[in-house]
Formats: sequence, C-alpha cells, structure tokens
Amino acid sequence: MSEPVKNTLLFLLVGGLILLTGFMQSWNSAILILNMGLISAIMAIGVNLQWGFAGLFNVGVMGFVALGGLAVVLVAAAPTAGAWGAGGIGIVLALLMGAATVVAAVFVTKKMPKGRTRMLVLIAIMIGGFFLYRGVFDPNVAAVEAINPAAAGNIGGLSLPVLLAWPAGGLLAAGAAWLIGKTALGLRSDYLAIATLGIAEIIIAVLKNEDWLARGVKNVIGLPRPVPYEIDLQNDPSFVERASGLGLDPVTASTLYVKLGYSVLFLIVLLVLLWMAQMALKSPWGRMMRAIRDNEVAAEAMGKDVTRRHLQIFVLGSAICGIAGAMMTTLDGQLTPGTYQPLRFTFLIWVMVIVGGSGNNFGAVLGAMLIWFLWVQVEPIGLWLMQVITSGMADGSALKEHLIDSAAHMRLLTMGLVLLLVLRFSPRGLIPEH
Amino acid sequence: MDFLNAIVALSNFVLVPAIAYGSQLALGALGVTLIYGILRFSNFAHGDTMAFGAMIAVLVTWWLQSMGVGLGPLPTALLALPVAILGCMALVLITDRLVYHFYREQKAKPVILVIVSMGVMFIMNGLVRFIIGPNDQRFADGERFLISARDFKEMTGLREGLAIKTTQGLTVVVAVIAVALLFWFLNKTRTGKSMRAYSDNEDLALLSGINPERVVMYTWLIVAALATTAGVLYGLDKSFKPFVYFQLLLPIFASAIVGGLGNPLGAIAGGFIIAFSEVTITYAWKKVLTYVLPDALAPSGLVQLLSTDYKFAVSFVILLIVLLYKPTGLFKGKAV
Repeated sequence: MSEPVKNTLLFLLVGGLILLTGFMQSWNSAILILNMGLISAIMAIGVNLQWGFAGLFNVGVMGFVALGGLAVVLVAAAPTAGAWGAGGIGIVLALLMGAATVVAAVFVTKKMPKGRTRMLVLIAIMIGGFFLYRGVFDPNVAAVEAINPAAAGNIGGLSLPVLLAWPAGGLLAAGAAWLIGKTALGLRSDYLAIATLGIAEIIIAVLKNEDWLARGVKNVIGLPRPVPYEIDLQNDPSFVERASGLGLDPVTASTLYVKLGYSVLFLIVLLVLLWMAQMALKSPWGRMMRAIRDNEVAAEAMGKDVTRRHLQIFVLGSAICGIAGAMMTTLDGQLTPGTYQPLRFTFLIWVMVIVGGSGNNFGAVLGAMLIWFLWVQVEPIGLWLMQVITSGMADGSALKEHLIDSAAHMRLLTMGLVLLLVLRFSPRGLIPEH
Repeated sequence: MDFLNAIVALSNFVLVPAIAYGSQLALGALGVTLIYGILRFSNFAHGDTMAFGAMIAVLVTWWLQSMGVGLGPLPTALLALPVAILGCMALVLITDRLVYHFYREQKAKPVILVIVSMGVMFIMNGLVRFIIGPNDQRFADGERFLISARDFKEMTGLREGLAIKTTQGLTVVVAVIAVALLFWFLNKTRTGKSMRAYSDNEDLALLSGINPERVVMYTWLIVAALATTAGVLYGLDKSFKPFVYFQLLLPIFASAIVGGLGNPLGAIAGGFIIAFSEVTITYAWKKVLTYVLPDALAPSGLVQLLSTDYKFAVSFVILLIVLLYKPTGLFKGKAV
C-alpha cells in the first residue's frame, strides 16, 4: 500500500468512526466530537511545530490554551459599566509599574558591575517596586471587584466581534510565550519541561484568583457567539420550513445547524493553519529548524542563531495553542478556569502528537481527531465493558457497584496504554515524518 | 514577652508547618533525584507513584481499622506503611520490566524516556482513580496533637499558642530515619557504592563489573520506598487526594533541581528551601509584626506578600532564579 493511500484510509477511518457515532448515538454528539476534534487538531499542530519541528519540550500547553480563553472574555464580553473609571486604569497603571520594576532590575543587572552594590541596588528595586505595585494595585482591584460582584466584578471586555478574539488569543499567548521563552529557552530540555509545566499552573492560578480580570472561579458565562442562537432559529419561520423539508424537527435542526456552523468555522481555521504549517515545513526555514533539532552544534557552526530560532518557533507554536484556546472558549460560550486540568489540556495533546506522528502535520491532525474520539468514547465503552464483566456478579454487591462507578476512570488508563503501545511498537506514529 | 509571643506565633504558623512540608518534599525529591542520577531521565510519573503507594497505605489502614488494630496514639497508617512500600515496589518493578527496560536496551534518548514516563503517569493516575476514586480520603487516626495550642498557653502563660500535630512530628522523625538509612546504604554498603559509581560514570562502572540491571533494580526499590513514605506522610498531614499528588510534581521537581539533579544532599536542601519560601511568602505576617514592631508602626493590612493560591509561583520563581544563575543547582548536580 503506498503511503498516500494508507494516510487517506486512516483519515477515512476516523471520519467513519465519527459517522458511526452519528448513526449509533446521535448526530449532536457526533458533531460535538468533530468540533472538539478540530480544535484539538489545531492545538496538536501548535505542539507539533514546537516538538516535531524544533524538538522543544513544552508541557505548558494548558496555560496558552487558557490565555486564549481569557482573550475571548477581554475582547468579546460586554464591558462592565464604570469599571474602568473605578479602578481599571489604576490596575493597568499598577501592572505597568510592576513591569517597570522588572525592567529596571534587568537593566541594573546588565549595566552595573558585579558585586555587593549591584546586589543591594537590585534588592532595593525589587522590594520597593513590589510594595509600590501592591500599594496601587490593591485598592483599585477592590474598587473594581466591588462593582456588582454577583454578576460582574471584573473589568469586562470590549464588546468586539467574537471572531476577533481568536487572533487576539493567539497574540496574548504569543506575548506570554515570548516572555517565557526569553527566560527559559536557554535551559536543557527537561528543565524547560518543568519550567513550562510551572508556568501553565501559574497562568491557571492567576485566572482563578484575579477576579477583576475574568471573575476567577465565579466564571464568565454568556459570551457572544459567531453563530445564531438556537432559539432564534426555532422562531424563524423560513428555517422551520426548511427543516421540515429535510424531515427534521425544528429543535434538532437548530442544534445541528449551530454546531455545523462552528464546524465550518473551525475547519477553515484548521485548513489555513495546516497549509501554513506545511509551507513552513517545506520552506528553507523548516529545513533549518529540523537541522537545528537534529544537531544543534552543527547548525550553530553553520551560523544559525539557535536561541533566536527556538524563541521564534516557541512563540509561533504557543500562539497556535492560544488561537485554539480562544476557539474552544467560544464554542463553550463560557470561561471556567476551574476546569483546566494538565492531564486533559497538556498531556492529552502530547499523546495526540506522538500517536499521530511527531514532525508530520497531517499526523498531528489525524492523531488529534483519533485520540479525541477515543477520549470521548472510552467512557461509554468502558461502562459497557464493566457491565459485561460484572453481569455474572450478584446485584448490589459492593465490587460490582465499585467497578461500574470506576468505569469513568478508564480514560486515563486507556490514554496511557495507547501512548506506551505507540511509543513501543510504532515510535514514529501513525503517519511518520518523511 | 511580646518578643516571645512573636517567636511562638512564627513557629506555630511558619516554622513547624514548613519543616514538616519540607521533609515531605525532600523525600519526594530524593526519589526524583535518584532516578535522574541512575536512570538518567526526569520521571514525570513520580507524583503518581507517591499516590499509588499512599493509596495502598490508605486501603490497608482502613482494613486494620475495621479489624480494630491500632497503634494507640500513633496513626495506624504506620503499620500499613511497610505493606504499602512492598506494593509500590512491586508496581515500579513491573513497570520497569514492561516499559523502561526496553528503552534502556535501546539506549533511547532521555527525552524519549520522559515522554514514556508521561504514559506511565497516565496509567498510574488512572489506576489510582480506578481503585480508590478521585475524592478526598481521610485515614489519619490516633492522637491529633503532640502539643495543642491551649495546653501550650496554659503551660507557658503566653498569649500565643504553639500547636504541633502528631503527623508533623511523625513526618520529621520518619524523614530523618529514612534519610539516615538512605545515606548509610549509599555510603557504606556494596550495592550503594556501586549505585554511586554507576551514577558518576556509567562506562567505568560497567568496566569494573557492576551489573547495571541490579543497580537499576535497587534504585527502583529505594525510590518506591521513598515515594510511598513521602506520599503517606503527606496524606497523613494534609489529606489523600490523587490529583494533589500530581500537583506536588512541580514543587518536588523544583526541590530536586534547585539542589542539583542527581545529588541526594541537594534534594534535601532543595526541599527545605522550597518549603520555607512557599510558607514564608504566602503567610500573613500581621500577627508576628504586631508583636515585634512598636505600636506606631503596627501594620494595618495582613502583610501577606502573595495569596496562598500562588504558592506554585514561589517554587517556580526560585527554580528560575537558581537555573539562571547556577544551572546545575546549588549543590553540583549532573547534566545529561
């Protein structure tokens, strides 16, 4: 079997699995799997860019995804009346002062001669800056959070079209990635892994605790959507007519229409990014990246600036994860910082890339769709399996109940098993790099 | 008098919790550092290994409690600890045989082993949730306090109380014993010496006839014992929840790296550095400062530098500073 045929068949297999879900369960769940699969595919492209192209070990995907979600709130949500006047400007001022402190510290480190004086000046700048920052920051935050805390209590958004939030999510993630990359990219691979893991946790902690920003764990709900609302469609006579023409009842038709609308939008973004990633892979730039990945010393000897190229690709890959994060928050219609879990948003994406084939963009997309399908469907399959296993046991026995209750945790086991099996028997993934 | 009160308040809220937490981190970091030194990769599954060992201890403790067996004032979990260690040893040896052994033969790159350990992490995490569920489990029993705050106040007549939980005292005692045993093993026994030799220079060790598989096996056994002990002590002190152990991965790695990966002494120092900074930076200093400072200077706010939710940020920032200025850690670690 030639390679293109094999790859097409693999993609058809995943498509077939999703269609099977549609026939056997419901079309709504099938399209939901498709939508999240498309978003996962974009995240996988981002990780593949960093790991597959450049060999950067980034386990902070969750943080960039969450930053994308934050961008949706900041760009598209309705502004909170009076928040900017009450303390918003003060908060921005405080943050700028904090940034100025860090810049001053870096400046002092670079310009002053090494010695005790430098240490003392540094400590003075840091401590003074910190208290100054807290002095301005705290009262302003209190003022913003006091505005209607039950429904708002945050600075709100700009009320711009939600589609603008997607590139904004990418930009926000890129900015964070630049800052992180500047400090952490010089580190060895497993140090970088720990550093990114920590940064993701910090980003989530900020989202959970800074209520003035996006209401923290109180969540922001009712974010605007790029597609119409189901209820409007159901009240639209021409839509109801077309639905009945297709033999569907209006409620089902409207939910399917909305979900398919998302699918089309996501597919467009995925195709554009996939095309760009393919072009990058084939370009001299892509060859240089792989050369750096395979032999850093040799690439450096050829005059390539390894650190800058690493920074570049780290920022690009993180930006793609940010875009995907913004898309996911748009699909959910809400930002819920409490739901970001590293196993789901970082390590699962890694499983997708490894299973699909690191270094190959199509592999990453395939892996993402396949693994997401498994992630969703393992639970019902596990439940069924448990029911079969326990069918011989007496009803009401503690072990039977425990086994059936635990079926929900089959997911993690399965994902680990899939990852280990692929790494062992097909370490280059389903669609290997050329 | 005020000065004494300040010292007592400081001990009660900062020193005692930080020493207990630091001991737990040190035990965890020792496991990470040994794996790094001998097997030469960062083991992402370490947090979940701790959770697995602690889980067995929880189950055995429950069984013992239902049989009416106990240790009186001490937690029953101490009786369960040896069983849990054996269970955890079995798990890591099976994992090594089925998973890591293959990549060792292949001489795979360390980063591949890290990804493999991610898979192991998923499986262990799933296993723990599958067996005991994702929720909080309490298994501490026995006397709750060595000294309760009220007793202390009555004894000394001070306004501030000093409470030391049994689990905190136990943590420190057990940690000291474990570390002493470990260092005795590494420095005095033949196997320990061969482990150190293998860690220092693999080729030279192989040349002098050290059996690598034996060294690796002993490493896993020790790591399982350390991880289970750390997991049980942490669970007794706080509570047992699978996800929390996964989150401990960050401070544990921070401790091991700050001390210098591959250096056991560094891991212990790193654990205490991380624990003390986390606790001091997230502690509200108002009480202590009110005692120490004259009335005119008494603080009006809480004087809490960072809210407790940002404790990850603390370990992380220390990690970054150390890495930027001393890339191999405070004590000289190794670089693969």
